[in-house]
Amino acid sequence: MTIKDKTAIVGIGQTAYGKSLPGSELSLACQAIKAALDDAGIAPSEVDGMGSYAMEANVEADVARNLGTGDVTWFSQVGFGGGAGCGVVGNAAMAVAAGQCRVAIAWRARKRGARTSRPWAQTAERVKGLGEWSRPWGLVRPVDEIAMLTRRYMHEYGATREHLANVAVAFRKHANRNPAAQMHAKPMTRDDYMAARWISEPLCLFDNCLETDGAVACVITSADRARDLRQPPALIHGFGQGINPQHQVMTNYHRDDPLMGPAWACSEVLWRNADIGPDDVHVAQIYDAFSPLIPLSLEGYGFCKRGEGADFTNDGALEWPDGRLPTNTSGGGMSEAYVHGFNLIVEGVRQIRGTSTSQVDGAETSLVTSGEGVPTSALLLRKP
Amino acid sequence: MIQGAPLPAVTEDSAGFWEGTAAGELRIQRCSSCGRLRFPPRPMCPYCNSLSYKWAPMSGRGRIWSFVVPHPPLLPAFAELAPYNVIVVELDEDPTIRLVGNLLDDPDGAINDVDPSTIGIGEPVQVVFQPAGEDVVLPRWVRA
Repeated sequence: MTIKDKTAIVGIGQTAYGKSLPGSELSLACQAIKAALDDAGIAPSEVDGMGSYAMEANVEADVARNLGTGDVTWFSQVGFGGGAGCGVVGNAAMAVAAGQCRVAIAWRARKRGARTSRPWAQTAERVKGLGEWSRPWGLVRPVDEIAMLTRRYMHEYGATREHLANVAVAFRKHANRNPAAQMHAKPMTRDDYMAARWISEPLCLFDNCLETDGAVACVITSADRARDLRQPPALIHGFGQGINPQHQVMTNYHRDDPLMGPAWACSEVLWRNADIGPDDVHVAQIYDAFSPLIPLSLEGYGFCKRGEGADFTNDGALEWPDGRLPTNTSGGGMSEAYVHGFNLIVEGVRQIRGTSTSQVDGAETSLVTSGEGVPTSALLLRKP
Repeated sequence: MIQGAPLPAVTEDSAGFWEGTAAGELRIQRCSSCGRLRFPPRPMCPYCNSLSYKWAPMSGRGRIWSFVVPHPPLLPAFAELAPYNVIVVELDEDPTIRLVGNLLDDPDGAINDVDPSTIGIGEPVQVVFQPAGEDVVLPRWVRA
């Protein structure tokens, strides 16, 4: 038994994205969820399922009291930060398919535009668990942790900053076409990229995602119900989560091959339960807290072989409209907004609806992934 | 010592490691049942599920597996030292046992003494020990 094509994303909603938005995180969450329900044409009183990130500050009961839901009969959270997004939606799809609820909402709301809101800046005097074996030596931020893997990747496979620039420039071009993107009015050339200041060598400023205040939400229900709703449904064709053997969160330096992250495990179940393979994916939204996650994810999800992810990005491969795999067509975390990857999910839905600002002609299949480098997840969406 | 730098919590699982560094030894968990090394420390051997282990002294020799050079914005304690290096070292005894550390010019050196442009993956290194607080001695590395 699988959940293939049994459920669909039928509503999407988002707030503005910015450096300093008015309103609390709870207010932002409620605004995005209400927008998603309105988009679907479903009343809040019908919501009976709620999925969210374990890192989400707005708990289900509070969100439910604001929205005015009826009885909520399923709720669940997924851990591991940026790895959670597709897992939140996929778990909601499983709950709908299993009959535990009929209309589920899933969301992410954050206010991290301000410097003081950055999680790493709250590092305790004594570190236990995440960072215990790295932060005391000055490997403090997520960018440092991923830069370590990046240097090794460059060493083993000949990847260069030119490859990372391919990623950053492609996503910026897409953001420049998307009025909702934080970088909509800010073009970036390859020279701009090369001249940017270092953050953690070998990664520079433009290898990093944005810092964003904002919220994003979607509505999941059965494929049967979806037929009668306001919007064309994006069927949830495939779903995966993954933790691979001996993985350590973020500082994944302790397994035989640290350059193979959880995407490799997630990919296995994603494709095993799908009718299509990587060659059949028309457009992708790949989690991009940092540019090197793109080549690593391309390898993990089977778009190319091990070590070929950097070269895959050459010749405009990621760029709309003519690239072989237009990727992060709204600008992604690096140039649209960083809402912990949830904005990638609603862009994946827009591509299936045909409403992206960088719409891939005739897109019928759309892959969305959550963060590589942490326990992760992915969704495969398709047209009915 | 780097004033204000975060220190590791000494836990039930990690105490043997920190007792080792305080005694001037790099000690890694070795399963008493199957003999495999494991790091970071944890209660159960993932290869044979034994709960019994010993803290095995290592030679302290290894090679640089990768490195980064952080720049601000950083925690204040590290921002003052930036740019500095952070390295990952794979141990000679088992190259899948990798530790995060810093490369120094000499055992009493600072984490920003080495010119980052001279650091190379594969360089042989030797562990040294630096007190980092009242009860914690951190392993760092010099060129072998």
